[in-house]
Amino acid sequence: MTTGDGVAVRAERVSKHYEMGAAVIRAVDDVTLEIRTGEFVALLGSSGSGKSTLLNLMAGLDRPTGGAIFANGKNLSEMRSIELARYRSRTVGMVFQSFNLLPRMTLEENVELPLRLAEVDRPERGARVQEALERVRLEKRLSHRPSELSGGEQQRGALARALVNRPTLLFADEPTGNLDSATGESIMLLLKEIQQKLGMTIVMVTHERPLAERFADRIAALADGKLLTDGVKS
Amino acid sequence: MKAGDLGELALRNLREAVLRSSLTTLGVAVGVASLVAWLSLGIGLQALATKRLSNSGLFDTVIVTQRRNPQSMRRPPAESSPAKNARPLDDDAKKEFERLPNVVEVYSQIRFPTEVRYDGTPYSTIVAGVPASARGNGSFDGIQGSFFSNSNADEAILQIEFAKDLSTQPSNLIGKDLVVRYVERQALPPQAGGRPGGTKADADTGGFSIVPREKRLRIVGIVETEPAAGFGGFGSGRLLIPLEVASSLRAAQVNDLRDAVRATNGKPVYTSLTVRAKSASLVQGIETAIKNMGFGTFSLQDATKSLEVFFRIFDMLLFIFGSLALAVATLGIINTLVMAILERRREIGILKALGAADRDVKQLFFVEASVMGFLGGVLGVGFGWLVGRAVTLGINLYLKRQSLPSTDVFSVPWWLVLLAILLAVLVSLVAGLYPASRAAKLNPVEALRYE
Repeated sequence: MTTGDGVAVRAERVSKHYEMGAAVIRAVDDVTLEIRTGEFVALLGSSGSGKSTLLNLMAGLDRPTGGAIFANGKNLSEMRSIELARYRSRTVGMVFQSFNLLPRMTLEENVELPLRLAEVDRPERGARVQEALERVRLEKRLSHRPSELSGGEQQRGALARALVNRPTLLFADEPTGNLDSATGESIMLLLKEIQQKLGMTIVMVTHERPLAERFADRIAALADGKLLTDGVKS
Repeated sequence: MKAGDLGELALRNLREAVLRSSLTTLGVAVGVASLVAWLSLGIGLQALATKRLSNSGLFDTVIVTQRRNPQSMRRPPAESSPAKNARPLDDDAKKEFERLPNVVEVYSQIRFPTEVRYDGTPYSTIVAGVPASARGNGSFDGIQGSFFSNSNADEAILQIEFAKDLSTQPSNLIGKDLVVRYVERQALPPQAGGRPGGTKADADTGGFSIVPREKRLRIVGIVETEPAAGFGGFGSGRLLIPLEVASSLRAAQVNDLRDAVRATNGKPVYTSLTVRAKSASLVQGIETAIKNMGFGTFSLQDATKSLEVFFRIFDMLLFIFGSLALAVATLGIINTLVMAILERRREIGILKALGAADRDVKQLFFVEASVMGFLGGVLGVGFGWLVGRAVTLGINLYLKRQSLPSTDVFSVPWWLVLLAILLAVLVSLVAGLYPASRAAKLNPVEALRYE
């Protein structure tokens, strides 16, 4: 089965099991989930519920041990390594809890990095970087290194880096996890603005139910690797 | 990733770990320097030996004699007897040799015993005639003083050991005069026989008397090694004079008595002739042509080939020895890159999350390895060259103290420069194989978890 119209990514009976000696850890266990284009979905769960693992599988960072994930009409688990890298480069944008900006590079260089990997021509890069940084209102911090930025600014920088390749899917793994509540809220407002203005599909992992209820269109709750509930919030 | 971006990122990564990268590059440089120094020594020694030998006149000449009897082959050509019906080595034969392709000159050897008087003291030695062509073929490179001003000048060049016999300060001899005492052949009334170097009458008679003579010569130069010493060269002469002057002296030579009794059909006959080729590689063809003309020949072609084989093996051993340091440097590159993987594990995870393919990560590490290899190679060639210069300087200082001419025992040809740099890059790439492959295979999720 492949994704059809209006479906950005679909996980079909997806499992990710790890063997640790004799024990089998079922990080994700037989989960089926469909994310529609333009939707803001929150994967909610406590620590160890499997939400980040599911996000990584849908982002093409990892391969499932069972089931299938479809994006752009293709099964990610059947893709070759190079195709998966191309999917991550052109279709997906990633934001992490710990920002993951490269400390040796300036903000501008960090945001430019996905463009280098996607082999975008050098003359076009400057404009794309400028556009992405303006969207997160960091255009005046181009030459600063991550250590010279606040936590909120670093996460906005990471968001600019995720957007610079103009992806259709944005995966955010606990984007407010390392921020205070006010800064976290500003990041969530930014994500919501991006979803609404660019029509982007956003899948966000969080353990904070209030945040998910306030900003997501839909909440999928996980526990022990299984999908507990999946529905439009009340 | 595009090549330009790959290069930029690789250089940035190397700059970030500048101390470690520099030390690794230095390790490669030391390895390459060792290789370059050893190989340039081998090449330099080979060039020096080849030059010395080729200047000696032993390798670009063919000694021609009359064809000998088989039973007398083991004896030196001058002592053995010609075969029956052998062609005489006369002026006609000499002209034929001169017409052969690639022959520069043909001359007979003139060498005779003499007593030299210098500063009132007598010294016994051998005089040898030197053809004017010896000036241009490098035989007298490193001469103190100068070569003969012209082919008829009453001038002499001394071999250093003989010069030392004459004076404790050999260089002071230049410009001084000495007297050579010798015996001149003088023709007897007509009979059969004769020999070149004598008069027409001498040639017609086959007999001669000897008369003591003296000749004053000015010392113009001193040579360290006797040019063309040995068989076929200018003999073991320790006092060298122009060939034309030697010829005009009509001095009695060692073989005169034997030739006087040999039947030569009334024509002057040479004991041997020296045929000089344009280069050592052309000797074989000339030698074959002369043999086909019915003469006996002798050259040192086989010795040249043996020398070449010897230096090939010598260079190979030096290459292996010099490569040991490069092998150690390779381990340094592997260590540096493996450390880089551990340190940059999270960065590799981020790159992969942003869309880097395994190939991109692998190439990044390869470029870093090859940049270190290239820089190490360039530096190493420079270091190797400096080592060569320093050793040459030391050797020449020693040689100068020993009153010997300076020499260059190291040679760094352009192909060695290219080979060393290419080898350094190649070795670095091989060293980068394992780390690059390991980095490329990192699971991005696991790499991102790494703190």
